[in-house]
Amino acid sequence: MDRWKSTPMKVQDPEIRSRNFDEVGLGYTKEEAIKEANRCIQCPRPLCMSGCPVSIDIPRFIRYISEDEFEKSAYVLSKQTSLASVCGRVCPQEDQCEKLCILGKRGEPVAIGKLERFIGDWAIENEYHRYEKIEKNGHKVAVVGAGPAGITCAGDLAKRGYEVTIFEALHEPGGVLQYGIPEFRLPKNKIVKAEVDNVKRLGVKLETNVVVGRTITIDEMFEEGFEAIFLASGAGLPRFMGIPGENYNGVFSANEFLTRANLMKAYKDDYATPISIGEKVAVIGGGNVAMDAARTARRLGSDVTIVYRRTEEELPARSEEVHHAKEEGIKFKLLANPVRILGNEEGRVSRLRCVQMELGKEDRSGRRRPVKIKDSEFDIEIDTVIMALGSAPNPLIAKTTEGLKVDSRGCIIIDERTAETSRDGVFAGGDIVTGAATVIQAMGAGKKAATGINEYIQNKQYENKNK
Amino acid sequence: MYKIIEKKVLAEDIFSMDILAPRIAKSALPGQFVTLIADEKGERIPFTICDHDIEKGTVKIVVQALGCSTKELQKFEKGDSLYAFVGPLGRASDFVNQDIEELKRENIIFIAGGVGAAPVYPQVKWLKERGIESDVIIGAQSKDRVILEEELKKYAKNVYIATDDGSYGFHGFVTDYLRDLVENEKNEYTKAVAIGPTVMMKFTSLLTKELEIPTIVSMNPIMVDGTGMCGACRLSVGNETKFACVDGPEFDGHMVNFDEVMHRQDEYVDKEHVCKCGGNSVG
Repeated sequence: MDRWKSTPMKVQDPEIRSRNFDEVGLGYTKEEAIKEANRCIQCPRPLCMSGCPVSIDIPRFIRYISEDEFEKSAYVLSKQTSLASVCGRVCPQEDQCEKLCILGKRGEPVAIGKLERFIGDWAIENEYHRYEKIEKNGHKVAVVGAGPAGITCAGDLAKRGYEVTIFEALHEPGGVLQYGIPEFRLPKNKIVKAEVDNVKRLGVKLETNVVVGRTITIDEMFEEGFEAIFLASGAGLPRFMGIPGENYNGVFSANEFLTRANLMKAYKDDYATPISIGEKVAVIGGGNVAMDAARTARRLGSDVTIVYRRTEEELPARSEEVHHAKEEGIKFKLLANPVRILGNEEGRVSRLRCVQMELGKEDRSGRRRPVKIKDSEFDIEIDTVIMALGSAPNPLIAKTTEGLKVDSRGCIIIDERTAETSRDGVFAGGDIVTGAATVIQAMGAGKKAATGINEYIQNKQYENKNK
Repeated sequence: MYKIIEKKVLAEDIFSMDILAPRIAKSALPGQFVTLIADEKGERIPFTICDHDIEKGTVKIVVQALGCSTKELQKFEKGDSLYAFVGPLGRASDFVNQDIEELKRENIIFIAGGVGAAPVYPQVKWLKERGIESDVIIGAQSKDRVILEEELKKYAKNVYIATDDGSYGFHGFVTDYLRDLVENEKNEYTKAVAIGPTVMMKFTSLLTKELEIPTIVSMNPIMVDGTGMCGACRLSVGNETKFACVDGPEFDGHMVNFDEVMHRQDEYVDKEHVCKCGGNSVG
């Protein structure tokens, strides 16, 4: 065994998978997992842990795998995460734990993500539930949004004895795990539902179809007896480019396209929601959402081109996703920036006009800024455009809640230590605070807020006693 | 699950449903809508709220069975339950936040086309409950398609009926009747609210612009989530792109680009033959 090489995970053949919605990665077998776990040298001072936003005891859960003690391994994970199967799949490990792995200095780091996925899936398959009876403390907390931040916060509070109710606007829980990330990267029934069910098993109540700010306001929630509220409604507001022709038929936000496909299951014949996709699709943007939209369109039978204004090196998407997209036949038109969408007389998209870009000086993000090349306009023949340019927080809650401070981007302002907002008893975390970020960052924010809320309620109790 | 407490047939293929949804009944205001999913595999369809009853905890919607999702919904009877029912969505009508004394000086005419009478009803009722009487024109193809006439008469000053075929009331379109009321009958309206099929709202707005009556329309474009997340419902109002679900559904009729809206509404029309319906929202 070459100790510098990590154990590869089997994947579906690109030719076959680009025509189905089944999961791309097939996961480790027991033997593969043990083999990979044995690569970990169990550093006395593990660097990997400092790269984990939720501080999982990485060497320990890996050691138990190497000892064939999967239940113990699942126990270690469950202390810090209720979404191991999700994180094992969608965390950017290459920029976090694995980036810091000491083996990575000379060879390939331990495949921490794939091992986490293995144990998460093992726990689901073997119905491993750690929590026994939890003593209720009689305090009620409301969580707004059943995405990664909300689920994590609710789970942590429930473990501490709180009575938690999650209010979710959509008809299914999961947030971006449900409407955003496609089935072929994150199976909905097998994984997302199972992990949400685990949180419900802790006693967390879930009310779907409640739009906070409309169905019920923050003030009304306090009237209902909730002592603290955690806002985690995400960044659901799609961005468009503001170029002419964006309202032609055939132009979608990635949110719309992915919501139809993922949440509404439009790719399945027996679901009523339609999805209108053409033969030649341009996806604008270079992040993970752009890759998800492109690969979904590909699976629906389209010829897909990603249009991105910088070069491959600057693509914000995970390299694994870019690699998978390429394998599936997605084309990349780099250093191109759309300036206009052209349509036919029926109001449908027919062409995308772009300008050629080149990289200039570094901007504040440290990336070289794309600059337009003069007189370089060119057209791409397409019949569908999907805008994957990121998203902003939905302004609804801020608009309907007095005294809730937001910044210029519409993000809710919080105290960095406690996650409390400018409103007493109202906490916030996840994309509604940071703008669109990652699942694991949102989970980290949910954990922090749970601690903040616990502290807040205990302090209040103490103050009331000593009045 | 959301139980259907009452179902009534109002005309052929037009029916009302009272759905048990106490939270929505408590917070609903005129102008707002709900989104429902009939069964687990159904699509999300928006309906403007027609009425609500806080005591019973019910919300009334009026449905015209047009596409397959609404035809599917037609099969649901009293006692059955809907898979999802969410709301109230969208902004309430502007007058809800207007000063009542100021509002009392207004003379509003509501123009309802077809099932557009359903969203007009709660507005007329809300105003009457605050001592403000308004006029209503109900337009329909024929006498048997006129809905909510008696209900509206309870709250409106005058209810005028126009039918395309002349089988009841004024013979002609709502626009013809409105012109008649203003130019011949010398009614002075300070505001018009037009709700119905997009083409009817377009021509009503063109007329009221000519007559210089400020006009509100309630848009019903294709929507998915209905909460501002997908942008499917975007439309041009003046030089700005707005989302009907969160910025509307009511807009200044003199500013809306109706032709673009109609193009966008047709997006899924030819998809019907594969039995994936076109999200034909109603009301």
